[in-house]
Amino acid sequence: MLSMAVFLPLIGSILSGLFPKFLGKKGVVWVPSILCVFSFIISTFLFHDAISGESYEFHIFNWIQSSSINISWSLKLDVLSGIMLFIVSLVSSIIHIYSIGYMSHDPGQARFFSYLSLFTFSMLILVSSSNFVQLFLGWEGVGLCSYLLIGFWYKKNEANNAAIKAFIVNRIGDLGLILGICAIYKTFGSLVYSEVFFRAYSFAPVDILILGQPIPVLELIGFMLFIGAMGKSAQLGLHTWLADAMEGPTPVSALIHAATMVTAGVFLVVRCSPIYEYTTYALGFITIIGALTAIFAASIAITQNDIKKIIAYSTCSQLGYMFFACGVSAYSAGIFHLMTHAFFKALLFLGAGSVIHALSEQNIKNMGGLSKHLPFTCIAMWIGCLALAGIPPFAGFFSKDIILEAAWSSHTLLGSISFYLGIVTAFLTAFYSWRIIFLVFHVSTKNNYEGVRESPMTMLVPIGLLSFGAIFSGWLGLDLVDTTKDFWVDSITVIARHGTLQYTHHVPLLIKLLPTIIAVSGIALAWIIYVKFPKLATIFSIKLRLLYVISYNKYWFDEIYEKYICDPIKSLGKFLWEKGDIQIIDKFGPDGISNFCINFASRLRKLQSGYVYHYAFSMFFGLIIFISWHFLVFLGVY
Amino acid sequence: MTNWPILSLMIFIPFFGAIIISLIGGDPKTVSSNSKIVALWTSLVVLILSIFSWITMPTDGEFYFLEELDLISSIGLSYRLGVDGISLVFILLSTFLVPLCILASWKSITFRVREYMILFLILETLLIGTFCALDLILFYIFFESLLIPMFLIIGIWGGPRRVYAAFKFFLYTLGGSVLFLIAIIVMANVSETFDIRILLNANIPETLQLWLWPAFFVSFAIKTPMWPFHTWLPDAHVEAPTAGSVILAGVLLKVGGYGFIRFSIPMLPYASEYYSLLVYVLSVIAIIYTSLVALMQNDMKKLIAYSSVAHMGYVTLGLFTFKQEGMDGAMTQMISHGIVSAALFLCVGVLYDRKNSRLISDYGGLVLRMPKYALVFMIFLLSSIGLPGTSGFVGEFLILISAYQINEFLALFSGVGIILGACYMLWLYKRVILGSINKKIGDISDIDIREFFIFLPLVVLVLWIGIYPESFISEYRESISNLINSLNERIVIQ
Repeated sequence: MLSMAVFLPLIGSILSGLFPKFLGKKGVVWVPSILCVFSFIISTFLFHDAISGESYEFHIFNWIQSSSINISWSLKLDVLSGIMLFIVSLVSSIIHIYSIGYMSHDPGQARFFSYLSLFTFSMLILVSSSNFVQLFLGWEGVGLCSYLLIGFWYKKNEANNAAIKAFIVNRIGDLGLILGICAIYKTFGSLVYSEVFFRAYSFAPVDILILGQPIPVLELIGFMLFIGAMGKSAQLGLHTWLADAMEGPTPVSALIHAATMVTAGVFLVVRCSPIYEYTTYALGFITIIGALTAIFAASIAITQNDIKKIIAYSTCSQLGYMFFACGVSAYSAGIFHLMTHAFFKALLFLGAGSVIHALSEQNIKNMGGLSKHLPFTCIAMWIGCLALAGIPPFAGFFSKDIILEAAWSSHTLLGSISFYLGIVTAFLTAFYSWRIIFLVFHVSTKNNYEGVRESPMTMLVPIGLLSFGAIFSGWLGLDLVDTTKDFWVDSITVIARHGTLQYTHHVPLLIKLLPTIIAVSGIALAWIIYVKFPKLATIFSIKLRLLYVISYNKYWFDEIYEKYICDPIKSLGKFLWEKGDIQIIDKFGPDGISNFCINFASRLRKLQSGYVYHYAFSMFFGLIIFISWHFLVFLGVY
Repeated sequence: MTNWPILSLMIFIPFFGAIIISLIGGDPKTVSSNSKIVALWTSLVVLILSIFSWITMPTDGEFYFLEELDLISSIGLSYRLGVDGISLVFILLSTFLVPLCILASWKSITFRVREYMILFLILETLLIGTFCALDLILFYIFFESLLIPMFLIIGIWGGPRRVYAAFKFFLYTLGGSVLFLIAIIVMANVSETFDIRILLNANIPETLQLWLWPAFFVSFAIKTPMWPFHTWLPDAHVEAPTAGSVILAGVLLKVGGYGFIRFSIPMLPYASEYYSLLVYVLSVIAIIYTSLVALMQNDMKKLIAYSSVAHMGYVTLGLFTFKQEGMDGAMTQMISHGIVSAALFLCVGVLYDRKNSRLISDYGGLVLRMPKYALVFMIFLLSSIGLPGTSGFVGEFLILISAYQINEFLALFSGVGIILGACYMLWLYKRVILGSINKKIGDISDIDIREFFIFLPLVVLVLWIGIYPESFISEYRESISNLINSLNERIVIQ
């Protein structure tokens, strides 16, 4: 069962990737989609099994064995992997179906579906792995698929650059992850989850020396794993690739860069909760990075004009929420938000995709009044934004609320800071969401939209399905964060003094209501600025010039990286090549030696002049030296 | 059949093949086509023999298929052959790549075909001999003779600067081997034998080890090549014909690694440990330095050549950790690199055959004209950057894990190579394969059936090692574990 759920998408990928002629024009899109839906159906059963308390590991065959490294290809089912299997296969199936419509005119359909299914497979491997190395395989696999799909339209130079950027920024994180894996092996002598997590607590007091400083070994592991998570989940510093990744087709943005792959970092942290629970600084670091990313990305989103980039920064910001939930030990709240976010963010992207499909335009400044032409899309976007902003009773309300309450009730300095940052972010979130809604759908423009029609059914049905998810998943998923029920069995570890979720029941009413009040005022502000007094937007952008420019230019992260990291690396490479290899090693090495031999030999040759008087002179000269030396010895000078 | 002198057969069949080719008569056209066919069949027979020995040989780390014949008893020189898991995989790598090289040269070599094929078969003889020799002098003879056919292949069928490249290659490697010869004579004098099996567990005095080790090291470091002895490699690769590059990167570089694991480490354990810090530093420099240099190359072959140096940096790093993980990893990395770099050079060869250029700027947007080629290139590229599931990952991962156990920063610095590797490879792919089509290309055809059958076994192996490396690691696991045990015993005693 489990292996079928995981491997069906791989079969789909291979079929449509390598045998497109055999499958025919319809087959290349439908076969992978149907296999993916099958995988979803099986995953649903598996999820059901998992929450009824079943958990097992399925061994396929050995992979890497060396010394005490004993890695096998194996799949693991527990509640955490069950819920991830469910979310991933569900969203993947929906995106597959949506893509049938969206990509119908693209000549590279077979390739597209092959990549998409390969991605689904990698993601399923990632979440169902039972050891760190197979997790790394899925991790790199999704990175590869992301690279392939961002660069899907390979004729576009921007797409290729964005693809490379995504892969390399992810690789920087991956280095952290792989060093974390090395550290786990050095500490525990094993890379299998069950063996590592079982003994994690006993290593809590163990220190190792780094540059003579004692560092708790679990803190070190925690930091390094989180660097991997930061890369994949586009957290502050390693976030620059996510906005550029929007060069890919929109279904890709929905599936990979919103709903599934970018949440892999959150999954990793939650999976490693038995390690993180015994750390202080690593958890604190996660909290603060999460909270900073949340507000930082939201502050960029409010001034962007590309509809997909706004949603991309919004994703970045929501991932920040998930991380600071994990940072205050509310792992289940993180996964809860991951789930609701998967629905409403995929919905927003698909809605945006529907708009782009209809208009072939991504700049929201050039849109307006589309609610008449795209009524269905408009409603879907409203639902998505309501969920994103956390308005009750939509999905985002439940999950965001519980995260903020958990942050509040952690009663630590970082927890409180992240609570306030989270509240401000909630305000910004509501603001930029309705900026999209008003500018795209409601404010009327002079543009002529005759002939703009809704997308085909294969696109609208998935949007409808996701709308359901965006409305109900929060309410249905409340069990996830209910501390009285043992939902997670033992797939998440929370030690007693970190039980922030239990204290959320004692949060004052004002704190409970604050996120909603803030969200509503954000919407109101957006309404005032963009609908009531449209001139305000320009006035604000002039009055607050500095803030506007900073936000609009995304804090110049790209430019700084380009100037202070990429360029120096390139010039260093050139320097080492031209100066190091050619001017130094070759000049003094092989070329130097051969030149020396030639020079020396040619000078030596001049001695053989052939004139008798030269030879006689040198003989005479040598004789003098020889005799005088003998005299000196004879006289006892030496 | 196990009583047959299977190693001698493998050594001398190519040699006889070469003799047969030299006897072929007729007009030039038949000579060239017949010599190709003879060469191909000869190399295939050797491949089958080597696969047979792979299947039949037990994996308990001992030497098998032993043969012994006294040659000059007064100095103790004898014809002594035998293989264990370590040498067997290198033999497999050689016998696997030679038929591919012959196939790859099918159309691209247009003159002196007979001589070319003879040289390739002789090269195969010498390679197999190098890996099976269990006598120090015999090894030295094979090891040094390797230079001659390679020198001729570069010097005769190479590119415009072939003479410079061939001489640079020859001088570099010869320079190292002079010291090596002196060192083995000294070593054999002290331990009174040339038998490698005895020398593997020899106790050579510590101070002498410290003197002998650098002599060994320079010779193998040049072959590997390690920084700063690497500058011959880019030139040799650029000028060599495609098949020459393939065999050079695929097998000849591995002779250096083989030298470390068979000679330096087991015979001079104390010195190996003493100098290990030096090797770490040079390996890390090699990884970072040559990756950076590779980034800025505009010639595809040069780029891949520099990336080879970086990959071999991982090998030396892994070997000198003296841990099972690291040495297993280094061996796997050598096999993987042998396959992947060979495949990448073949990929460049495909383009060179069509357009006579290796400059990156002469290409672009090839995926539009050559989709199959783009896919194949992508697979090898992914293995080269160490993506899990391909062969490149297994070795790099084991080496990093092992390096981390020695020192965290060692793993960190060598890990930087993983990032840089992705940079130069993906950038290469983008400029050559992706983007809009370069006008200079004009008409270009996708890979044909012959090229498909060259690439197919390589792709299969890349995935096989990536998904089930056990079939290879199990070959040398016991040999390495014996080696490590013997090292530990001797270092404790001393």
